[in-house]
Amino acid sequence: MIRTEELLLNVGPQHPSTHGVFRIIVKLDGEIITEATPVMGYLHRGTEKLAENLNYTQIIPYTDRMDYVSAMTNNYVLCHAVEKLMGLEVPERAEFLRLIVMELQRIASHLVWWGTYLLDIGALSPFLFAFSDRETILNLFNELCGARLTYNYMRVGGVKWDAPEGWIDKVKNFVRHMHGKLDEYHALVTGNEIFLSRIKGIGKYDADTAIAYGLSGANLRCTGVKWDLRKNEPYCIYDRFEFDVPVGQNGDCYDRYMVRLEEIRQSLRILEQALEQFPEGGETMGKVPRVIRPPEGEIYVRIESPRGEIGCYIVSKGKAEPYRLKFRRPSFVNLQILPKLLIGENMTNLITILGGIDIVLGEVDC
Amino acid sequence: MSEEENKPGETKPEAAEPAEAASPRPAGEPPEGGAPAASERRPLTEEEKAARRQAAAERAAARAGAARGAASGGAAGDAGGPEAPPKPPSPNQPLLDRAVQLLREQIAEDAVVEAWINEPNDHLPTLVLKGEYWPQAARLFRDHAEFGCRYLRNMAGVDCETHMEVVYHLLNMDTGRNYCVKIRTDRDRPSVPSATPVWETANWNEREIYDLLGVDFPGHPDLRRIMMPDDWVGHPLRKDYVPLDPEV
Repeated sequence: MIRTEELLLNVGPQHPSTHGVFRIIVKLDGEIITEATPVMGYLHRGTEKLAENLNYTQIIPYTDRMDYVSAMTNNYVLCHAVEKLMGLEVPERAEFLRLIVMELQRIASHLVWWGTYLLDIGALSPFLFAFSDRETILNLFNELCGARLTYNYMRVGGVKWDAPEGWIDKVKNFVRHMHGKLDEYHALVTGNEIFLSRIKGIGKYDADTAIAYGLSGANLRCTGVKWDLRKNEPYCIYDRFEFDVPVGQNGDCYDRYMVRLEEIRQSLRILEQALEQFPEGGETMGKVPRVIRPPEGEIYVRIESPRGEIGCYIVSKGKAEPYRLKFRRPSFVNLQILPKLLIGENMTNLITILGGIDIVLGEVDC
Repeated sequence: MSEEENKPGETKPEAAEPAEAASPRPAGEPPEGGAPAASERRPLTEEEKAARRQAAAERAAARAGAARGAASGGAAGDAGGPEAPPKPPSPNQPLLDRAVQLLREQIAEDAVVEAWINEPNDHLPTLVLKGEYWPQAARLFRDHAEFGCRYLRNMAGVDCETHMEVVYHLLNMDTGRNYCVKIRTDRDRPSVPSATPVWETANWNEREIYDLLGVDFPGHPDLRRIMMPDDWVGHPLRKDYVPLDPEV
């Protein structure tokens, strides 16, 4: 039998397929990974520490920069936490606008994932497809709030900008267009024999493991656990709309892929209903005190971001700044399972498995 | 248990308000690292004052009620007294009482330090446990049929200036029940038994809390810094943290 020498290989932190500044040190026996040690913190900006000296409105832009592929949901989790702690009401129109942008954001985020995942695996053109459709969403956001990536759109008590004239119709057009596009994606990629053999049965784990590791989002649902906070612990106005929670069975990369694509379809469904019921007029900001000063107490709120359960734990001492602010970042928690999945895998599967988890380093490091 | 009867929430609301509004827990002004909040000096509007007063009174009442329920160990009833606030008991009060009872029966009589319902947070049952019992208590939370909290959804460390606190948010995915468990620990040598053997997800969370707050987790398989460089001095999220190199 041929014996190979053990090799220590460093991947990252600057490597395109790590989606940021993630580094992993792998020990290889031939092509088989025997040990994997993730190293992170390269993008740690101390958001939680900075937040202790900022008032709540000033923290919102920092949340944009955590999960910069899904800034709208990050905005929401902070605003929602403060609103809940203060017992503030959010006007109907603002709730609708929030829901619409969050679902658009989910689609945009999944598109980024889809494009870059295929890029990692070696298919270049899907990336261009995904980014051209995402561009439409970014243009819609740009029209709404003047930013394409870090929106700073939501405020405690509502949203900063009302939808401009004709915006809702544009979103409606996009939803129609996207349905067709999704079919195209499936036709283009999902049936591809090479792609399937790269992802089927790779990076498998079962539901118990997923729960023990605290996984959430598609990483949890791919094992068959039907757990979506939009359904199980409804927030915003999600309880008014009909949608399904797609789940997988095998807990492999293929199921994660299918769950995410199906989630785009479900988001489109939610959007259709929300756009139909969008209120004619009304306020976009609720009654909010001039200085936002939540009463003394603490709160943990969580919502379903495209990557899973994003949570915000606030300890307030009744001041304008939080005493302690902690974000539960789904990317950080989901990434923990990576070393376990890699052991015994072929080196080429490292990228497949890492990509399948869908991390954003801004959120891992916070 | 006699000091529980003397809680401010027990007295008439008017008497409780000023005390609550002024400075609730830490005695003395906390040393704020030379950055006092300038906005704090702005006088409050009448509206804000009223809102805060009301919120404080409500919280005090809720806490007193919960503590009373917990103190009598499940058989809470209305024995608390006729002068109890007219507020209806929280829908999660039985859940909290049962949790306290189970912990006392199965772990130790003095395992629960404090227990209350966190009302703004969807009536979240919140328990403060003694650190020494945490490994058994964590297993009980995960394995006991009535808890079934197989999912640890969040962990946070808090520097409370008088002590350190590690907060766990637990979830039972089948029933949708949530619990919040807190372990308090000494501030100078903070140490909380690791929960990693019970929930794998605690691993990196504990490393993060260790890194940023300096809490030791005996029993953790690999307690190293995770965010800051390995040679970093100090733990940045502590309230008394002073950067070694102010230029950084």
